[in-house]
Amino acid sequence: MSEPPALGRDDVAHVAGLARLSLSEEELDTFTGQLARVIDHARDVSSLDVHDVPPTAHPLPVRNVLRTDDPCPGLDRGEVLAAAPDVEDNRFKVPRIVGEAP
Amino acid sequence: MSPPASGPPASGPPASGPPASGPPASGPPASGPDRAEWETVVGLEVHCELKTQTKLFCGCKNAFGDEPNTNVCPVCLGLPGSLPVLNAFAVELAMRIGAALHCEVRPSSFHRKNYFYPDMPKDYQISQYDEPINVGGWLELPDGSRVGIERAHLEEDTGKTTHQGETGRIHAADYALVDYNRAGVPLVEIVSRPDIRSSAQARLYVTELRAVLVATGASDGRMEEGSLRVDANVSVRRAGAGAFGTRCEVKNLNSLRSLGRAIDYEVARQVALVEATGTVVQETRHWDENAGRTVPLRSKEEAFDYRYFPEPDLVPLAPGSDWQERAAGAVGLLPSARRERLAGLLGGAPTPQQVDQVHVVVGQGLDDLIVAAVAQGAPAGLALVRAANELAADIGAALALDAGTFGSVVEMEGRGELTATQAKAVLAELLAAGGGDPAKIAAEKGFEALSEGSLAAVLQGVVEAHPEEWARYSAGEEKLAGFFTGQVMRATGGKADGKAVAAELQRLRQ
Repeated sequence: MSEPPALGRDDVAHVAGLARLSLSEEELDTFTGQLARVIDHARDVSSLDVHDVPPTAHPLPVRNVLRTDDPCPGLDRGEVLAAAPDVEDNRFKVPRIVGEAP
Repeated sequence: MSPPASGPPASGPPASGPPASGPPASGPPASGPDRAEWETVVGLEVHCELKTQTKLFCGCKNAFGDEPNTNVCPVCLGLPGSLPVLNAFAVELAMRIGAALHCEVRPSSFHRKNYFYPDMPKDYQISQYDEPINVGGWLELPDGSRVGIERAHLEEDTGKTTHQGETGRIHAADYALVDYNRAGVPLVEIVSRPDIRSSAQARLYVTELRAVLVATGASDGRMEEGSLRVDANVSVRRAGAGAFGTRCEVKNLNSLRSLGRAIDYEVARQVALVEATGTVVQETRHWDENAGRTVPLRSKEEAFDYRYFPEPDLVPLAPGSDWQERAAGAVGLLPSARRERLAGLLGGAPTPQQVDQVHVVVGQGLDDLIVAAVAQGAPAGLALVRAANELAADIGAALALDAGTFGSVVEMEGRGELTATQAKAVLAELLAAGGGDPAKIAAEKGFEALSEGSLAAVLQGVVEAHPEEWARYSAGEEKLAGFFTGQVMRATGGKADGKAVAAELQRLRQ
């Protein structure tokens, strides 16, 4: 398997943008170095032969954790809305949204 | 993003100008380029809200129309430290849908789809990504065509945002209000293969799929309440071409009518674009029902990067074969079999009107009521008409109606104890009250069909009061039959049966 390209400063800026983080030029340099080390560490795995190990979706050997379809009481609306920065008509009031739902 | 300049007037020439202009905003785009040269290619994504008691990952009520933010808890509000637990009945319904669509049930897992939009307080939606629960299948349409099913996976619905501002339009909104009652409601997203070749077939597909979802008990199928939502992937290619053209995804299709119009518009727009510029730009577009056109929402470059990653709080799902078989066994009769069952009860070749009515009642899940009514002695044709009209007008109440009660009303009408008008009024009363005794309601309303003798007497009185009209009617002026029927209805307070009046008029004239 070919090695993925090394992590660059642009990649970090892109990911920070996706996460709505604004990083200074200095922070970009710092995090690019730190994240590159983390990825290098994870890359150690690729030195192992795992061709006969099935992929796992979860580290625990547990499947089918389910609950029955029975309603149970939720939170009191007053309590919920008290935690909201702003409220109107018993709904959460949020700033103008640019664009449409994904 | 601002909408493009408006297209040419409806009577104008086919659009061939700048890429942003579309075909005429109203009417079928038949005046466009030679359509026979082009083939429409459509794939549909249908989001179906599941008819569970509770949400997908918490015990909050799954209910439409409740007071805002009354069905919320730490899990669906995304409060720190809360953990999702999967609803077993949602899995069961997803497998029923899979079975009805001939899919294979596979071991599956959940991912987080990350995005910033206030309709999900967690800032991600839990969905199935590379390992969906149902894979590969097909749906056969009433016209005999088959549409392939790519996958049908589980995911959670988002909250409901309402944009507030001068016009209520998204682009002009000042702020938004959010209700999280819907956040976390279970959905199955059914993704078709790009096998659909016309807007009519797309409508037929959604209609039949909706009937399947209702028949399996997975959905109430109410598009107007948003329990069924459709996105369309539309592209065009020259007839006979092997490769698909570049597609556009069209959102905001809230009715079958919107779906059909949007596809027709999009096909004409894309054909004009390809003929003028040779290419279509891949993008997501928004259907504007009032303007009758699609407008760009975001380009391929602006497409969201959802940073999918495995949901660490949920373990994989792998229903055993016994559970899969139980779910498949609970599917029951599919719409095609249900239509055949009704046709059998009607006997003989159904009229075109009856064929339509059969589709309506099966689509709404009302056919079991008809079958029960006929079993207790009600005439099938009449039961079908009352179900397709009166019951379909108030589905929620109709589905809660006792089959025997419905059967009794139809029987009374069949025996001539109630006129059509009276039977409709009794049904309306039963639906409004959530049940009752039809005979008692009829008596309370003073509904006793007139005996033949008293009808004749009433008619005689009407004739004597209008000698001039009677002379003209006797001379062959047929339209006066309506006049006399009206007079009889007035004299009897609507208790007379229209057919009986017509027969009596004929008899009296001879």
